[in-house]
Amino acid sequence: MNDTQLVMYDEDFRKILAVVQRLVQDANAKGIFVVDRNGQLIAEAGEMRGIDTTSLASLTAGCIAATGGLAKIVGEEEFPVHFHQGQQDNLHMTLVAGRIILVVVFDDRSSLGLVRLRVKKAGAELAKIFEEIRKKTEQEQAGGAGTPFSEITDEDIDNLFSV
Amino acid sequence: MSFINYSSREINCKIVYYGPGLCGKTTNLQFIYNKTNPDLKGKMISLATETERTLFFDFLPLALGQIRGFKTRFHLYTVPGQVFYDASRKLILKGVDGVVFVADSQIERMEANIESLDNLKLNLAEQGYDLHKTPCVIQYNKRDLPNSAPLEEIQKVLNPSDMPEFEACATTGEGVFETLKAVARLVLRDLKQMNR
Repeated sequence: MNDTQLVMYDEDFRKILAVVQRLVQDANAKGIFVVDRNGQLIAEAGEMRGIDTTSLASLTAGCIAATGGLAKIVGEEEFPVHFHQGQQDNLHMTLVAGRIILVVVFDDRSSLGLVRLRVKKAGAELAKIFEEIRKKTEQEQAGGAGTPFSEITDEDIDNLFSV
Repeated sequence: MSFINYSSREINCKIVYYGPGLCGKTTNLQFIYNKTNPDLKGKMISLATETERTLFFDFLPLALGQIRGFKTRFHLYTVPGQVFYDASRKLILKGVDGVVFVADSQIERMEANIESLDNLKLNLAEQGYDLHKTPCVIQYNKRDLPNSAPLEEIQKVLNPSDMPEFEACATTGEGVFETLKAVARLVLRDLKQMNR
C-alpha cells in the first residue's frame, strides 16, 4: 500500500529549507510553502508565521488535484503553474517533478514576472533534491533497511489508543 | 501514501471516509472534531454546497500521540458521496493509507451502499490498489433508525470478506471513535509491514 511513501531525513530537509529560504529573498516573497501532492506540508519559509499551514497544504493539494483533473478533460497532461490574484496578496503555485507543489505568497513588493523567474530556478533545484529522496527511499525499501516503524510492536500501537 | 519526516519526527497518514450520499461521513468527522482535545486537532475544513452537501471534501487533521518518539498525525478526508461526483472521489483517494467505508443501514439505501462499495473497489483498482489488501474498516451507520436492515443481512451483502466492522450512530457518536481507532491501527500495522 505504501510503496511510494515519502521519507525525509534531516539532511534532506535542510537542503529543501536552504532553497526556499533563498527563494524568499530572491523573489521578495511573503511566504513560501513546499507541499506534498497529497497535502502534507514539507517546509515553509518567510514572514507568514502563525497561519494555518495544515489547512493551506491540504487545500493547495485539493486545488492542484482538481485542476489536474480538468487538464486531463481538455486533453492536457497537467496545468503545472497556477496564479491567483488577490487585492493585496497573490498566490503562485507550481507543480515540481509531478509530486511537489511550490507555493509562493507575494504582495506588491514583488511582481509576477520576478516570482516566475525565481521559481523556475528554485523548482529545478527542488526537483533534483526530491529525485534524490525518491531514489534513496526506493533503495532503502528494496534493501529492507529498517526504519523506526519496522520495529514497532502491536503493543506500541495499542498504547497509542489506551488513553 | 504516508510521509515519514525525520526532521520533525512525524509520521503523517491519510484516511478517507467513503460511502454513499448522506450516509454520515461528514457527521463522523464533525463528531470527532467536536470531541477531540483542541491541542490534538487542527481546523476542520468543509468544502460544501449551500445545502451543506459535500462538494469536494471535508478535511480534519488529528494527532494521535507518539510511537517510538515519532508524532503520529492522521489526515481524515471524506469524499462527496453523490454518484455524479466520481471525478472528485478519484482525486481524494490518491495517496490513501486507509479507508473507512460508511454504510447507511436503512433498507432503502442498500442498493446505494452496494453501488458505492463497487465504486470504491473500482477507483482503488485504477490506482493499482486492491481493497482487500488496503487497510479498510466498514461502519454500519444509522443503526438507531427504525428502518435499518438486520445486521446479518447487511454483513452478508457488504462484508463477505470479513473486514473489521462497527455498528454506529454518528449523530450521537456511538461507534465513531471505535471505527477511527480500528482503521488507524490497521494503517500503522500496514506501515510496519511495509518497512520490514
